[in-house]
Amino acid sequence: MAEADEPETAETTDERETTMSRAMVSAIASEMRDSDDVFVMGEDVADYGGIFDSTDGLLDEFGREKIMDVPISETGFIGAAVGAAQAGMRPIAELMFADFFGVGMDQIYNQMAKNTYMSGSTVNVPMVLMTAVGGTYNDAAQHSQTLYGTFAHLPGMKVVVPSTAADAKGLMHTAIRDDDPVVYMFHKRLMGIGWMPAPDGPKTSVPEDDYTIDFGEADVKREGDDVTVVTLGLHVHRALEAAADLTGEIDVEVIDLRTLVPLDTETVLESVRKTGRLVVIDEDYHSFGLSGEIIARATEGALADLSAVRRVTMPDAPIPYARPLEQAVNPGREDIIEAVQAVTE
Amino acid sequence: MISDTELQEMYGWMVTARYYEERLQEEYLEGKQPAFDISAGPIPGELHLAAGQEAAAAGVCSHLDDADTVTAPHRPHHVAIAKGVDLERMTAEIFGRRTGLCKGKGGHMHLFDSAVNFAGSGIIAEGCPPAVGAALAAKKRGEDSVAVAYLGEGAISQGGFLESLNLASVQNLPVLFVIEDNDWAISMPKERVTDIRNGSQRADGFDMPGKRVDYDDACAVYEAAGEAIGRARDGNGPTLLEVQVHRRMGHFMGDAEGYRPEGDSERAKRRDSIERMETTLQKAGIDDDTIGDIRDRSHQRVDDAIEWAKDQPEPEPDEAYDDVFTNPPAGWTPNTKPEQAESTGGDD
Repeated sequence: MAEADEPETAETTDERETTMSRAMVSAIASEMRDSDDVFVMGEDVADYGGIFDSTDGLLDEFGREKIMDVPISETGFIGAAVGAAQAGMRPIAELMFADFFGVGMDQIYNQMAKNTYMSGSTVNVPMVLMTAVGGTYNDAAQHSQTLYGTFAHLPGMKVVVPSTAADAKGLMHTAIRDDDPVVYMFHKRLMGIGWMPAPDGPKTSVPEDDYTIDFGEADVKREGDDVTVVTLGLHVHRALEAAADLTGEIDVEVIDLRTLVPLDTETVLESVRKTGRLVVIDEDYHSFGLSGEIIARATEGALADLSAVRRVTMPDAPIPYARPLEQAVNPGREDIIEAVQAVTE
Repeated sequence: MISDTELQEMYGWMVTARYYEERLQEEYLEGKQPAFDISAGPIPGELHLAAGQEAAAAGVCSHLDDADTVTAPHRPHHVAIAKGVDLERMTAEIFGRRTGLCKGKGGHMHLFDSAVNFAGSGIIAEGCPPAVGAALAAKKRGEDSVAVAYLGEGAISQGGFLESLNLASVQNLPVLFVIEDNDWAISMPKERVTDIRNGSQRADGFDMPGKRVDYDDACAVYEAAGEAIGRARDGNGPTLLEVQVHRRMGHFMGDAEGYRPEGDSERAKRRDSIERMETTLQKAGIDDDTIGDIRDRSHQRVDDAIEWAKDQPEPEPDEAYDDVFTNPPAGWTPNTKPEQAESTGGDD
C-alpha cells in the first residue's frame, strides 16, 4: 500500500520540510480560502493559536469571525458546531485535550455521530473535531490519554491519527472535505511545538500544493519479513527506531494505521500472512481497545498464518505524573524491541 | 394584533396535535393489552405524548418559516406539527416504516425533517447547542433566519442548556429558548428541582431577556414569542421564554403516575388551552361552523396520516446497515453478523 499512499503531486510541485502543526495549519488555511463555509471554533484558537499550535497564525489572515475563540464550554461549542454543520457549514471544532471529552461527550457521540443515521441520511454533519492526544511530558492522568479506542469504538465518526507532517496535511484536507464527522487526533509530542521538542520523524517534506489522503489506507513505513509491528501516532516513530536497532537481527515491518475508522485491515493481514508474527504497539489502555481489535482482526483473517502475537500498550491504570512512573507505563523503544524479540524466539 | 388567519392556523395546529396524541395513544395501546409489553403492538418503544402543551408550539411556530430551525426534545409531536413537519412521513416514522422521515431509524424521539429544518434529540437539553449552531450559521451567512430550542422545565439545570444560553448570549445569536413548564420531570415536581421560582429567571445570569407566560394561552405565547423572534431577526440576540403548560398524560405511555398527588392530573385537564383558544376565536367573531370545520379537517388529516402510515412497508432488515455515514469509505462495513457478512460484502 505504501506506494499508493504517496501524495500524487509529490514529484511535480515544490516541497518544503515542515512540522506537523504547520502542515495542519496550511491545510486548514487553504480550505478556508476555498470555502466560506469552513471556520474554526475552540478554546484559545485565535490569539494563542491553539495551545498545541494547531491554529497558529490563522487569526491574522482570517479574523475573529472565522477563527472563533469560545467560552470554556465543550458541550456548548461542540454542539454549536454540530448545528452549524447540519445547516451546511463545515466547522472545525477543537477539543483542547482529548481527555476533556467527558464534558462534551453527549454532543460528540449522541448528536454528531448519530444524527446522520437517526435521520436516515436526511441530515449530515460535515465537521472536524480536532483534538490533542498523548503523553510523554508528565501531564498526568487527566491530560495524557490518547483514547483512540474510545472514539473508534462508537459508530458514526471517522477517526484519523496522523504521524507525520505529510500525512497531517493530506488527512486534514480529506477531513474538512468529508461529508461526515471526522475526529482528527494529533499527538502533542509530534507537533513540533517550541516548548515540547518533537522527535525527528514527524518533520517531513510536504508538498506546497493541496492534496488529500484517502481514509482507510495504512502506510507501510518500513518493509520487513520477520515481524509485523502495527502502531499509530507517536509510536510509529518509536517502532521505526526499534526496527532500526534490530537491523541485522530481526527484519521488522512497521505499519502506521493512519486511520482507525475506516481501518485498513487488509494491509495488516497481508503483512501478517508474510511474517506470521504480530506485535501491536498502542499508547491507549490495554483492555477492550485498539490493540485487542487489531489482534482480533488478524486472527479472524489470518489465523493459520500466525505463529506469535504480542501487544505493548499503556497498562489498565491511570497515567501517572512523576517521570520514572510515566516512563514505566508508556511503551518505549526498549519495550518494543523486547516484544519483537519475544515473538521471534 | 393577531390576524384571524393566524388564529385559525394556530387553532388548527392545536387540535391536530391534541387529536394526534389521542389517536397515537389508541394505536400504541393496541397489542399491549391485557399485559403491557413496551415492545409489542403497532407502535413499539417509548412514547411521550404532549397533550396539554399545544399552546407553546402554536404561539411560537406561528412566527417561523421553513428556513428557521427548531430543535425539540423527547416530547416533540405538537412542535413538529406546528413547524410544518410532513405529518404522513412523521407518522410512518413513529410506526417504524421505511417511508418514514428517517426510514424507520429514528422513531418518535429522533424525528428529522430537513425540508423545514426540524430536528429532535432524546437527550435532555442536548438539542440546545445544535440550535445555537444553526443560529451561528445563519449569522455567518448574513441570513435573517432564527433557531428555536424547545426544552422542558426539567432541563433547566442541565449543562447543555446553560452553556447554550451563555454561548448564544456572548455571540449575540438569533435564538429563542422555549421552556415548556408542565410541572413534572417524570416524577420530580419542579419545586424540588431548583430554588428559582420560574425557569425564565435563568436568563438573568446571562444578561438576556427572560419572559414567562403564566397560562397556556396560545395568543399570549404568540405575543411574547413575536417580540423575541423579532428581536432575534433584527440582530439583537437571544431570548428565554417559559410557558406554563399542562401534562395531561403520563411521562410516557405506561407511566402509572403513582407519584402524582390525587387530583393533580384532573386539574391539569381542566385547564384546557384548546377550549381557551375556541373562546378566543369566538370573541374574534369567528363562527362556530368555521371552528367546527377546522376541527373536523384537522381530525381527518390525522386519521388519514395514520391510515397511510399503517399501510407503509416495514424496512428490510439489511437496511439497518445503511446510513452510518453519508460518504461510506471504500472498504468500510459496519461488521454485520457472520451469517450476513456474505451478502454485505465481508466484514473487513
